[in-house]
Amino acid sequence: MLDPVPPLLSVRGLKKHYAIRGGILSRVVDKVHAVDGVSFDIAPGETLGLVGESGCGKSTTGRAIMRLIEPTEGTIQFEGRDVTRLQGEELRALRRRMQIIFQDPFASLNPRHSVRGIIGEALVIHGLAKNRRDLTEQVVRLLELVGLRPDHMTRFAHEFSGGQRQRIGIARALAVQPRLIVCDEPVSALDVSIQAQVINLLEDLQEQFGLAYLFIAHDLSVVEHISNRVGVMYLGRVVEIATARDLYANPLHPYTEALLSAVPIPDPTAKRSRVALKGDVPNPINPPSGCHFHTRCPIAVARCAIEVPALITGANSHAVACHLRHETI
Amino acid sequence: MAGSTPASRSAEMPAAVIAERALVRHPPASPLGEAWRRFRKHRLAVVSLMILLAMVLVIAVGPFVWRVPIDEIDFSAQLSPPSFTHPFGTDDLGQDLLARMIYGGRISLAVGIAAMMVAVIMGILVGAVSGIAGRRLDAGLMWMTDMFLSLPQLPLLLLVLYLFRNALAKALGLEAGLFVLIVLIIGGLRWMPVARLVRAQFLSLREKEFVEAARALGASRIRLVVRHILPNAMGPVIVAGTVEVATAIIAESTLSFLGLGFPPDIPTWGRILFSAKDQLDSAPHWALFPGAAIFLTVLSINFIGDGLRDALDARRVG
Repeated sequence: MLDPVPPLLSVRGLKKHYAIRGGILSRVVDKVHAVDGVSFDIAPGETLGLVGESGCGKSTTGRAIMRLIEPTEGTIQFEGRDVTRLQGEELRALRRRMQIIFQDPFASLNPRHSVRGIIGEALVIHGLAKNRRDLTEQVVRLLELVGLRPDHMTRFAHEFSGGQRQRIGIARALAVQPRLIVCDEPVSALDVSIQAQVINLLEDLQEQFGLAYLFIAHDLSVVEHISNRVGVMYLGRVVEIATARDLYANPLHPYTEALLSAVPIPDPTAKRSRVALKGDVPNPINPPSGCHFHTRCPIAVARCAIEVPALITGANSHAVACHLRHETI
Repeated sequence: MAGSTPASRSAEMPAAVIAERALVRHPPASPLGEAWRRFRKHRLAVVSLMILLAMVLVIAVGPFVWRVPIDEIDFSAQLSPPSFTHPFGTDDLGQDLLARMIYGGRISLAVGIAAMMVAVIMGILVGAVSGIAGRRLDAGLMWMTDMFLSLPQLPLLLLVLYLFRNALAKALGLEAGLFVLIVLIIGGLRWMPVARLVRAQFLSLREKEFVEAARALGASRIRLVVRHILPNAMGPVIVAGTVEVATAIIAESTLSFLGLGFPPDIPTWGRILFSAKDQLDSAPHWALFPGAAIFLTVLSINFIGDGLRDALDARRVG
């Protein structure tokens, strides 16, 4: 399984810590370890799914890659350049190569702008339209691309349904012709039937333009459907990455097993072994020592509380971060 | 089969006609049009708006219709009650009160609107910088805002007027100088609530996903503020601004009533009220008309503010 193509995006040891200030001098009294050392690659045209419970750092990872929040530590190589060091004009140039689609289709569109203004803004910022007519033509083309009508252009966000708004958000991201789109839970706010439409649209667009996606979600079946590879996150760390088929058929990390066993099967007669986790996700201000998962892990041993397990890649490029499962790969 | 009749009729219509009807039925509703639609539902606000517009109309064209000079002294008609020759009566010098009220309304309303502009512009500047800047500058500006809020306003007003009144009157002429001075102090002491409001709006709006989306598209900070944050923050500011007009009119009346506003030969509503206070028993009409005018104006403006609050409800943003 040689990979001759250099990765489009390569994240190494990404950390984002939020300082909690307290006292009258507002000194840093604590840190929230939102993202605590995340590494992965995305190849051109590939979809990497990123799953995990809420608060595990998926969205923070996506936003740090976009430089919407400043990472505390780590490197993000995009097309061979370290994104974390870019400033000013270089950073603006990056915005043309990388885009983001948001979760909430209501909050992500400016309520005071028409659809033309929303989609056309990217073209205006980067000077991609020659004149007003060219701008309108490009907006029409983008609207048609995402399955909306040209006459929708003059309307405002509140006149659209959730699915339509998400299409507008996708058109906005496509306007600059990016190579990577960070999809931050793009369908979790939509009805199931609309989810399928939006996912199919994303897949069509990927095929048409060779886009790479970082697809963040907590819906495991959606991620399985759209992703080439899937990474599982727990409390700011990636615990397992594998191809979608491999991960779902043969999960190695006990957390992944528990997650997958919670996916409903639409067959009432199906027998299954349910791995129910005890307790809640620990506080990211004070994450557990060693392996973050050891407090809830059904198979934890003494070593897990002391030593942080490395993410080790085995056969089929199936990587797992678990002391007990390292020998099985 | 009565229920199926409309359906079969629409099925016979050509597609183009249906599309056209759909367009007619659904004109693009801009946020402003939506706001106007909601404003009209607020009946008191609509009535108030009409009253205020009527008053503005009277004040604007009144002098061309009612051509009695404001300073024509007529000792034969001292303190006369309302009559046909003097619909609002006269004051102790026999000057026509209607003419003086029309003239005074111009100054009172102009002071109100100008002071509101000063307060809102200063408030937006301070609030916007505070809301978008880092921790240090924000803390400093809010500290300054709190300091201004804790100043005892009336004594300060009196002191500033006492200190700068003559200098400005000399430089710009009595009327213009006093106007500028009064507007600047009233506005300069009323920007703090607006600044806090704008800052709060900025703090919540800058975390909204549509602002983040614009950042992800590479929008500059100025573009973010001007195109995305400020327009969405304006609703509450406009509401606060209307109330600010009312407050400023009252503040000017207070100053004039204390004898520190405009001099007696420039009749503002507050100033007329001040001159009338000694003759409340013998000539109640003298105080009644300017008092009612202030009352009606401020009340109307407050109701309009209420209507605007409903129309520009911040909950619809985001």
